[in-house]
Amino acid sequence: MTMLNVGRPTQPQTAVPVAHASLTGARGLLQDEALIFELGGWDKTGVDLEPAEQDASDLAGLIREAAIGLPGLSEPEAMRHYVRLSQKNHAIDLALYPLGSCTMKHNPRLNEKAARLPGFADLHPMAPISTVQGALQLMDELAHWLKTLTAMPAVALSPKAGAHGELCGLLAIKAAHEAKGQGHRRLVLVPTSAHGTNPATAAFVGYDVAEIAQTEDGRVDLADLEAKLTTDVAAIMVTNPNTCGLFERDVIEIGRLTHAVGAYFYCDGANFNAIVGRVRPGDLGVDAMHINLHKTFSTPHGGGGPGAGPVVLSEALAPFAPAPWVVSGADGFKLVEETVDEAAQGFGRMVAFQGQMGMFVRAYAYMLSHGSDGLRQVAEDAVLNANYIKARLSGVMSAAFPDGPCMHEALFDDHWLEGTDVTTLDFAKAMIDEGFHPMTMYFPLVVHGAMLIEPTETESKQELDRFCDALIALAHAAKAGDVDRFKGAPYLAPLRRLDETLAARKPKLTWRPELTTVAPAPLAAE
Amino acid sequence: MRFTKDHEWVELEGDVATIGITAYAADQLGDVVFVEVPDAGKTVKAGDGLAVVESVKAASDVYAPISGEVVEGNPALGDAPETVNDQPEKGGWFAKLKIADKAEFEALMDRDAYEAYLGTL
Repeated sequence: MTMLNVGRPTQPQTAVPVAHASLTGARGLLQDEALIFELGGWDKTGVDLEPAEQDASDLAGLIREAAIGLPGLSEPEAMRHYVRLSQKNHAIDLALYPLGSCTMKHNPRLNEKAARLPGFADLHPMAPISTVQGALQLMDELAHWLKTLTAMPAVALSPKAGAHGELCGLLAIKAAHEAKGQGHRRLVLVPTSAHGTNPATAAFVGYDVAEIAQTEDGRVDLADLEAKLTTDVAAIMVTNPNTCGLFERDVIEIGRLTHAVGAYFYCDGANFNAIVGRVRPGDLGVDAMHINLHKTFSTPHGGGGPGAGPVVLSEALAPFAPAPWVVSGADGFKLVEETVDEAAQGFGRMVAFQGQMGMFVRAYAYMLSHGSDGLRQVAEDAVLNANYIKARLSGVMSAAFPDGPCMHEALFDDHWLEGTDVTTLDFAKAMIDEGFHPMTMYFPLVVHGAMLIEPTETESKQELDRFCDALIALAHAAKAGDVDRFKGAPYLAPLRRLDETLAARKPKLTWRPELTTVAPAPLAAE
Repeated sequence: MRFTKDHEWVELEGDVATIGITAYAADQLGDVVFVEVPDAGKTVKAGDGLAVVESVKAASDVYAPISGEVVEGNPALGDAPETVNDQPEKGGWFAKLKIADKAEFEALMDRDAYEAYLGTL
């Protein structure tokens, strides 16, 4: 027989050498990467442009002569730069991302396809109204869905994030008080477990902030609220479900007490994903609520895309809504840009144009692909998944509020780590080595060493089990005294434990290129 | 030196009170990364916000334990917020207040009472 004996071996060598450092410091597929300003130079460019025929400038003596310091990379260098950076980060497309209260959930690709349709993606915000009827119709229908799901009569679509939505809601509340001659009201009440943006927003609008105490079972203390509700209170800001992952059972009474002193009820709608399709905030006495489109309606989040935080408003606040909004008539859709007439006394505008169109398209695509029954199931599955995690992990970790079910996120404290010398931070860092993004740590502040886990509805039971198995294994390791596993973590991430204190005390917010190169001479015209 | 349940300390010299946060508070906060101290001339009532202290864990208000007018905020804390951790009851003071009513000072806890209070936490 003829034998071919020149091929490459297909079996591993019998003696596999142990891992060693590479000669260049590179780590295989994990490429080291410099800042983009440290790469390339002026002699490279991603595109070839014809020399400008007329490059005369009106700037006279103001023309820049020194190099501007922009990076100069070829197209493949630019591509590789960003792909390499992306490989150093955790991402929702890589693994479960259980960051509590942030809701990192899958961004359906159907949404992306819809957002890239040229009729939406290529719009200019100042295009003539007659040429953007489809976009206005989408905004109008999105508004209709948001109003229907919340049982609220008006919505301002333009705020560009949750906190911006809070600002919009409080500005509407302030305008409403001023219109009633109640502009002297100075105080906004916020529970101790609130998102930090709530008191920050109130302070930004010029209000003083007072805290509402919390009960043993993690909810608003009604007696304390009642004692603090005076005619000096402009509004209360309550998150429901709250940041402990618990539904505020007394929410209707909270609304009634608030209205009884002439104050407004702002609901932080960050956690609307836990109740969408099942509870309508308008039925609870809410006057204003922002809806983070990324949390409830799956638009990208965390560097993945710009935010959008529409605000729904009650009958009492609707006249004060900011411009613009869409109206439809016999001759199609129009944008109302002026907010002051007999019916409307809007406080102005939140943004220059209409808001984040790309996010409107994605959120609307999500609504249509789920339908009203599907959205209801979103809330049910989010709550079911969180309770599954709470039930599985309660055997080894200590739930902060063990009695009864949680809503969309499961909250643990660090009681179970006592005596192990492992802290919440150490535990979270060790999760990175196991391939998961850590949960939210040390928030809410009312729970010691808090670990807030939000799996979202988009994870399967298999993935939830993989996650729980990893955490249970880590918990056993911590209790068995395997402290180094935690104190030195992460061992396997591109960078090890960072000095967060130094970063906060002496932040380096700018990087200045060494401007040793000069701008290239204009190419000679041929 | 006198103390509050919010973990501020006060030391009185003549009618000028020096105010800071206790070693217990500094330890609980963790590494302090930023401190906002009040400007001279600001008038505060006992219980008003006097300063803001931010650690790697959280931002907290420091309340005026006593009423008065700010003589000066500690200028050293801007560049060296870690002083609050290193010397909480000495170089890490936040503000000096010219006070009007010495009775407010006398009404605060002494060290024994404060340490007994810490034992209950």
